[in-house]
Amino acid sequence: MRAPTSLLPLRLVDVSFDAGTKRIVDRVSLVLEAGPRTMILGPNGAGKSVLMRLCHGLLRPTAGHIEWATPERSGERRRQAMVFQRPVMLRRSALANVEYALKVAGVPWDEREPRARNALESVGLSDLANRGARVLSGGEQQRLALARAWALRPEVLFLDEPTASLDPGASAEVERTIETIHAAGTKIVMITHNLGQARRLGDEILFLNEGRLVERAPADRFFNRPASAETEAFLKGELPWT
Amino acid sequence: MGVILDALRNAFGLIVTLDPDMLAIVWLSLQVSLSAVALGTLLGLPLGAAIAVGRFPGRRASIVVLNALMGLPPVVVGLIVYLLLSRAGPLGELGLLFTPTAMVIAQTILIMPIIAALGRQAVEDAWREYREQLRSLGVSRLAAALTLIWDIRFSLLTAVLAGLGRACAEVGAVMIVGGNIAGVTRVMTTTIALETSKGDLPLALSLGIVLVTIVLILNAGAYSVKEVAQRRYG
Repeated sequence: MRAPTSLLPLRLVDVSFDAGTKRIVDRVSLVLEAGPRTMILGPNGAGKSVLMRLCHGLLRPTAGHIEWATPERSGERRRQAMVFQRPVMLRRSALANVEYALKVAGVPWDEREPRARNALESVGLSDLANRGARVLSGGEQQRLALARAWALRPEVLFLDEPTASLDPGASAEVERTIETIHAAGTKIVMITHNLGQARRLGDEILFLNEGRLVERAPADRFFNRPASAETEAFLKGELPWT
Repeated sequence: MGVILDALRNAFGLIVTLDPDMLAIVWLSLQVSLSAVALGTLLGLPLGAAIAVGRFPGRRASIVVLNALMGLPPVVVGLIVYLLLSRAGPLGELGLLFTPTAMVIAQTILIMPIIAALGRQAVEDAWREYREQLRSLGVSRLAAALTLIWDIRFSLLTAVLAGLGRACAEVGAVMIVGGNIAGVTRVMTTTIALETSKGDLPLALSLGIVLVTIVLILNAGAYSVKEVAQRRYG
């Protein structure tokens, strides 16, 4: 199933995104390599979500360009997946939601159910496989979203604040699942507002402020010896968290 | 007052004894209107969904036109279909005028825009919610439209019911293209109009009661289906 050549590295060159007259992402250049778990930090309105949507291809940059090592062609199965802050589930069972994603990805029908059950098991949702996905709790839906993404065995998994609205127990479960997915070789790129979580899960940190990439550093160094005043202020909680 | 009470008593008599003439009229009405609803749904929902998720020049204009067509007067539709199907018309060869088929055609034209316009609105609202997720999964626009129709099928029931309500209630279109021929193209609404003007109130009243009851039952059924589905699927 897996294509012979890797999607990564992902290269962003002077990428900007304007909404009307407002610049949301401002000339960001960076290279994302396979391997390390990348956490994106920054205050609200820093452009984190927009940057992620640009990477994932949901938005087009107004300037600059974004290229994968092996470009995806439209009509081909996607080799990257994204989990949103608020999961969107179809009105069908949890199992059928995962099977739907597999069907879209072109997985033969007789392989879909076993793979979907497998993915549900890995997030601990086997018992709820036949329940309507939309009547599950927030935490369960988010784990289902992870299972759906994971079933596709993406090379890159984007996560936009996947634990933002979850209680600590559910967050811990989601974090465990992300660890499992990383351990299996998927590149993790994740936005979080939770510094503890970034410390626990992150190998490297991208820090955004006002659309600019302010700092990029290994997690240790980022938290212990921030290189810029903006980062230091953010870590001290001095930047506005409006 | 006595006349009305008499008519009511006779009307209930016709219903309770399952008067064969009345039953034949009810049966034809249901056949015509349900066929038109089936066709209108088959054509209208995909059209509405395509406009909802599609991007093409003239999209706004087509939405306005579709919404406007919801208010199409039945007699105008009847007249147009009459002209098309009449001996001298372009489809006159088919010999469909004054047949139930002609009535189905007219009612389909009448209700397809209703189902398409209401369906378009519902699908568009859902598309706003699902769009990023479906695009993330790599779902094409066409496949997304079909997924959305299936996913909100219970909400779309409302659009279909609106079409059914219109089909059951209208009299102008079926009167013109059907001709209200006894035993052939006489349906509930045309009978009510005719019998009332003739002064035969019991048959008109009994059909009126049956008509309202059928519409009530269908709506109650659809409502409970929606309720159950909501509890199950959210």
